[in-house]
Amino acid sequence: MLSVVVTAAHPTIPDVGVFAVAAAIILAGAIGVVVARNPVHSALMLVMTLFGVAVMFVLQQASFLAAVQVIVYAGAIVVLFLFVIMFLGVDREEDIAAERLRGQRPLAIALVFLGTTGLLLLGEVSKWTTGQPHVAGIDTGAPNVNLIGKSLYTTYLFPFEATSALLIIAVVGAVVLARRPPVVATTSDDVTSPDLSEDEDAVSDASVADVANVADGTEVDA
Amino acid sequence: MIPSLHLVAPVFATDPLYAKGIGWIVLLIVLVKVLVVFGALMVSVMLMIWFERKVISDMQSRIGPNRAGPFGIAQTLADGLKLFFKEDLIPDKADRFVFKLAPYLTVIPAFLAFAIVPIGGEVTLFGHTFELQLADPPMGILFLLAVSAIGVYGIMLAGWASGSKYPLLGSVRASAQMISYEAALGMTVVMVVLVTGSLSTRAIVNAQAAHLWQWNAIRLAVVPFLIFFIAVVAETNRPPFDLVEADQELVGGFHTEYSSIRFALFFLAEFMSTITMSAFTVTLFFGGPDGPVPHIPYIAWIFPILWFLGKTLVFLFVFVWLRAALPRLRYDQLMDLGWKKLIPLSLGWLLIVAGFVINGWWGVAMVASVVVGSVLLTRAFSIGSERESTRAVVPQVGLRLWSRAEQQPPTSPTEGGDR
Repeated sequence: MLSVVVTAAHPTIPDVGVFAVAAAIILAGAIGVVVARNPVHSALMLVMTLFGVAVMFVLQQASFLAAVQVIVYAGAIVVLFLFVIMFLGVDREEDIAAERLRGQRPLAIALVFLGTTGLLLLGEVSKWTTGQPHVAGIDTGAPNVNLIGKSLYTTYLFPFEATSALLIIAVVGAVVLARRPPVVATTSDDVTSPDLSEDEDAVSDASVADVANVADGTEVDA
Repeated sequence: MIPSLHLVAPVFATDPLYAKGIGWIVLLIVLVKVLVVFGALMVSVMLMIWFERKVISDMQSRIGPNRAGPFGIAQTLADGLKLFFKEDLIPDKADRFVFKLAPYLTVIPAFLAFAIVPIGGEVTLFGHTFELQLADPPMGILFLLAVSAIGVYGIMLAGWASGSKYPLLGSVRASAQMISYEAALGMTVVMVVLVTGSLSTRAIVNAQAAHLWQWNAIRLAVVPFLIFFIAVVAETNRPPFDLVEADQELVGGFHTEYSSIRFALFFLAEFMSTITMSAFTVTLFFGGPDGPVPHIPYIAWIFPILWFLGKTLVFLFVFVWLRAALPRLRYDQLMDLGWKKLIPLSLGWLLIVAGFVINGWWGVAMVASVVVGSVLLTRAFSIGSERESTRAVVPQVGLRLWSRAEQQPPTSPTEGGDR
């Protein structure tokens, strides 16, 4: 959007202030996700990061994206993460402090260091970061939604439809994975007189599996 | 190529307050707006709690609160003060930080949502014309959805952080319920946005002005309004959808372990979101502050506010009425209503509305396809339920997880699994 370019060229004091605060929120949240011992705390930190990103979107005058960011990511996906964490009791039973992969911490630090250096170098040496500032057309002052809607359903129709097909495939895949191949049928009597306690167990397990499926599906989305 | 695009003409509805730049007076006006909205919400929550108790007791042939103040109107104030001085307990097993955080995560979204409700028309003061509405962001009504999405966290975390089983069960129910009904809610909001052509709440209200049949409740043929209202009642966890705090099953639900002022915050949030959601029902479907305004100089601006308050009061009464009249749903009934009835109905209605937005022929075609589609689906469902009873299907889905946990394949009934 044109105005974004303008503000990027001449950032005002409020712009810089909002950017600084949002960046601090994002970084604090992101570090918190990794550092927190409790999975629920990690999920909360993730929400904080997503919120900071939404603020960044507002700063870029992409208010529609900001709203969608909060509705979809904070409102649906992380809620489902939390749902699974609570349901399966991961937070109480598994000790995530125990490292399965030896030496991953130094490796992570080294990789982050290398990646950041590489990014900074690339930004300094080449012009690869200054791409087109907009893909939905020049900002004519029309609301975000109109621009995004128009480009989604005209220029980018095929990728858009392909994405939705991908999501459907992911959902179907999750269902297939959670489903056991049918056991060879015994007698029909078993169905009519199941053991009550066993049946209840199976039902509660089914709901857990459902939750896991949904989470899988959305992870692909994320 | 696509004829609908020109129909979604941009309806600009930015607050004229910011047109001349932002000076001290503008800042002052905004500050006053914030304070007025905050104060008005707090007072109206107080009155709402009193109103609810009075109306319910009338419906049940009781007297209700009558000690504090005239007609017991200060009862809520007295209760609030009492709660302040109660002991603030934090359970041993609680996650202390999240336990303390959760009430605020419930209250703040309930406050924030009201910011985009148009309360009245435009007013000119100190040479500045401004809208009687705290904020009119370009994301408009999406702000409501975003904020209510955040509201889920408060309830969810409250239950989890209590470190006790009933609150946990209550909060898991709550989040499942709120997510389920948010889908139907969002779909009806989409219909309103579709006929308005803008997300801004001010534009939505303006589009409904002037004629009664322009009100979205009538323009969209009532059904979306009904879906919206049912979804809203479920979203606010009010009876008959208050499974979140079903006393017989869950003690007090997600706030069982809360006491003192933290409990009061949950209470406040519940009533505040009741008020906010009534206001949104009025905004989206009943023209907001729209209504006949007599041309009286200096006080003409009051009438839209009165219209808005009057309409909102009607829905507040309906909320209370529902609580007095209807028994609580069972959990499976709740989920059935949400997923199997409201969501398909709202999807079909959305298609029809979208068709009519383009032109009449598309509308008729959409009606036909929705009818054919729903008949086919119903037939498919009935065949499916004849072939395999749910008992045979449901355990199968869970088997994989179960066998992983038990390390031995169960010999449970797994009959009729022909895909």
